[in-house]
Amino acid sequence: MSEKKYELIVIGGGPAGLAAAHSAWENGLRSILIVERDKYLGGILNQCIHNGFGLHHFKEELSGPEYADRFIKLVNETGIEVMTDTMVLNVTPEHEVYVSNTDGVSVLRAQSVVLAMGCRERTRDSVGIAGTRPAGVYTAGSAQLYMNILGYSVGRKVVVRGTGDIGLIMARRMKLEGAEVLACIGASDHPDGLARNVNQCLVDYDIPLLLRHTITEIRGKDRVEQVVAMEVDEHRNVIPGTEKTFDCDTLLLSIGLIPENELSKKAGIPLDRRTSGAVVYENNETLVPGIFACGNVLHVHDLVDFVTEESIRAGKSAAEYVLGGGDAVGGSDGAAGGGAADGAASGGAGGTADGGAGRDADEPPLEITNGDNVKYTVPMMARLSALEKTLEIFFRVTKVFGEGSRVVVTQGDKKVASFKRPYMINSKMEKIKIPVKLLEGVDPADGPLVVRAEEGGAAHA
Amino acid sequence: MYDVLIIGSGVSGASCAYMLSKYDLKVAVLDKSNDIANGTTKANSAIIHAGFDPSPDTLMAKLNVRGVELAREIAAKLDVPINNCGSLVLAFDEGDLEHIRKLYDRGCKNNVPGLELLDKEQLHALEPGISEAAVGALLAPSACIINPWEYCLAMLETAVVNGAELFLDTEVTGVTDCGDHVSVETNAGAFEAKYVLSAAGVHAGDVRRLVEEPPYEIVPTRGQYFLLDKDEGTRVSRTIFQCPNEKGKGVLVSPTVDGNLIVGPDANVGGADDTSTDKAGLDAIKEAAVKSVPGINFRMNIRNFAGVRANSDQSDFVIEKAAACPRFIDIACIKSPGLTAAPAIGEYVVEMLAAEGLSLAERDSYVDSRKRPRLGEVSEEERNRLIQEDPRYGRIICRCEQVTEGEIVAALHTPIPPTTINGVKRRVGSGMGRCQGGFCTPKVHEIIARESGVDMLEVCLEEPGSEILKYRSKENE
Repeated sequence: MSEKKYELIVIGGGPAGLAAAHSAWENGLRSILIVERDKYLGGILNQCIHNGFGLHHFKEELSGPEYADRFIKLVNETGIEVMTDTMVLNVTPEHEVYVSNTDGVSVLRAQSVVLAMGCRERTRDSVGIAGTRPAGVYTAGSAQLYMNILGYSVGRKVVVRGTGDIGLIMARRMKLEGAEVLACIGASDHPDGLARNVNQCLVDYDIPLLLRHTITEIRGKDRVEQVVAMEVDEHRNVIPGTEKTFDCDTLLLSIGLIPENELSKKAGIPLDRRTSGAVVYENNETLVPGIFACGNVLHVHDLVDFVTEESIRAGKSAAEYVLGGGDAVGGSDGAAGGGAADGAASGGAGGTADGGAGRDADEPPLEITNGDNVKYTVPMMARLSALEKTLEIFFRVTKVFGEGSRVVVTQGDKKVASFKRPYMINSKMEKIKIPVKLLEGVDPADGPLVVRAEEGGAAHA
Repeated sequence: MYDVLIIGSGVSGASCAYMLSKYDLKVAVLDKSNDIANGTTKANSAIIHAGFDPSPDTLMAKLNVRGVELAREIAAKLDVPINNCGSLVLAFDEGDLEHIRKLYDRGCKNNVPGLELLDKEQLHALEPGISEAAVGALLAPSACIINPWEYCLAMLETAVVNGAELFLDTEVTGVTDCGDHVSVETNAGAFEAKYVLSAAGVHAGDVRRLVEEPPYEIVPTRGQYFLLDKDEGTRVSRTIFQCPNEKGKGVLVSPTVDGNLIVGPDANVGGADDTSTDKAGLDAIKEAAVKSVPGINFRMNIRNFAGVRANSDQSDFVIEKAAACPRFIDIACIKSPGLTAAPAIGEYVVEMLAAEGLSLAERDSYVDSRKRPRLGEVSEEERNRLIQEDPRYGRIICRCEQVTEGEIVAALHTPIPPTTINGVKRRVGSGMGRCQGGFCTPKVHEIIARESGVDMLEVCLEEPGSEILKYRSKENE
């Protein structure tokens, strides 16, 4: 195959990959390839025909395909190459990307790689729903594809398990399709989706919400005939004797998403147990130099707008890495940036936590971790010298926080920053931006930066 | 008029068809399901047992040990995934040690090759994932793991290539002894044959009853399993048993030929077609399994399933002529190690038929090989050669198991083509992985409809009535 070496290969042509590729172009890269397994760019947005996308990024309300189209157009205006209908089989720490398509199997080489493969849906087996194995059990995503892309409906009497945004939207979608939606069932004591979706999908369409319940059994030989729901306690254990049966022909499962990191594992990229995504620095670089990650492959987002924001950063970081000579190993491009020599020194076979452009490779990174009431943070590490104005940290809380709650950032006994929040909920990703100024006194040697959430006076949980 | 008609396309029936297809005979295989091997063969532990369990001098012992030899030969000839990984029976206390010594003696009498008793140190050196509580083990190096469904398909497909006829969706409703032949009535008309073999698995008694009251009782026994992600597949490198009890061989932990980890089964007496799972049973399996292998991460479960095995009130296989219809041979009570014994059962039944006077002249042009494309296992050159031949081999449909469109299309044009989503899954592995078909089901669905020339609405998950789609969008009722 070709001996061409791209400056950047982006794996995945969904919202994350598109934004990362475009951002890398904007930041000066001119040899960029997007590899997409589907026949079209846009990823999962193509089947999300409902509205609600773009309120943050475009300040207007778009449907999924419209949101994707904005970025596809931007990409088409550049010289970014796109390879669709192509599956990536393997990625190596040396930035080799093995692909398969109708032309054959080949290896592509790049100075940097952005991982933007997205996520997959949890199945009935990952949550242990017992019973029979009939037709009529779908993940929300496959039902959505059947309806919105292929033009078929999957059932007439539906139970939805999951009260996150996807579950709520699919409950409404089934109703619009003429189906009867018997219940939208969730295990927590509040719906997991955005309040606007609870109103616009369930309340407006008279779909009953059943909280503190889970599906325990599926019945029916060839097609679903019944599902059994049971009440759960605060530890999510089912309470005996609380069975409720629903006569239905369809069960939609919207019970969580898992970042798809099979390729990351092959590339030897260390993953984080809390996010199931790669461990990354402040610039979205993984612990394998020159490989970056963004979007749902890194951690599951609620809003595509945040995916875009994160991916723009990843694309910019990849550009800085390449233009700074971070990948001098292959020797195809001359070093340009000031820190090039340092970046090159550690840009080799991977394994070291350093690398990247324009920064001191010997700089010990600051560790960032989750404290009380916080599930995880992204990033998990930051190189302080690389920060421009702020250190941006995404995280999720573990429960509902009401009025007057705070996000507190500490290092040891020292309070570094504090942020007020009117309301926080475990199903919604939160974000803080710590001004670099506040980090001036922080020494990575003094231990990790800890992000925790605190109740205010009027908290309800 | 058929020379031999076989009722049931599970592994026993398939092996009979395969062994008979060497000869110049007219053979038919009937199955009530819409795909072959939709019963016990589809859902079991997938183990080729070494043969130390059955009592010496039983038919079971003889066919078990012979079956291991044949399985390895047939798998090699017919391109069936098999792995001679060996097995261990663990002992946790003095009573267990006593038991595995008995198994060792019994295995020696059964001529099981290579058996060895291991002490604690040897055991843990061999299998570091085993519980510290295990104090010894019986090592059986001849045990294998196999893809049982493909094993059955390969034998039946070879029989079909050599002229055997397969009738699916054909349920037997009556059997009439006509003196010099037998008439078998079905929902699809009557079939006449010189000899009838009944290999009806959990339904053996029901079929025998069409001739006479069976001298045995089938006790359908449901066994549940966990199939774990490939990330757990190297937890152990052999099949790990605990000491057997009266209910069966107990909960095993084993790698599979695909690289997953399988854990199970339990034993629940119940309906012949009840393949449901229940939480209490699954929880008990977890508890039993971690006794052998403490590190198993059950959060990596990708599929629970249950199979029904044809346990019976007999201690041995029952392979005999019916008293009321001597041209009807019943292959019944094929419980574990039935999968292992299957090819030897076929061989044995052919001998019975020969003794009855069926003339066995070898076929002139006998095809005894089979090859299916497995893109994930071939060299890059071979892969590119296949893609040049058919570009669809380059398009990956199932991302988890990396199954290509070419492989799916090829399966849809084999001698026994699938018609359902699960039929394709069993043949090529699409949807077997960690997303369980979440992404590829609609794509496989479209390919089936296109290649088979049927409407999307007609494609089923499994049996008729399991259509995936209800109606075209906006065409409710």
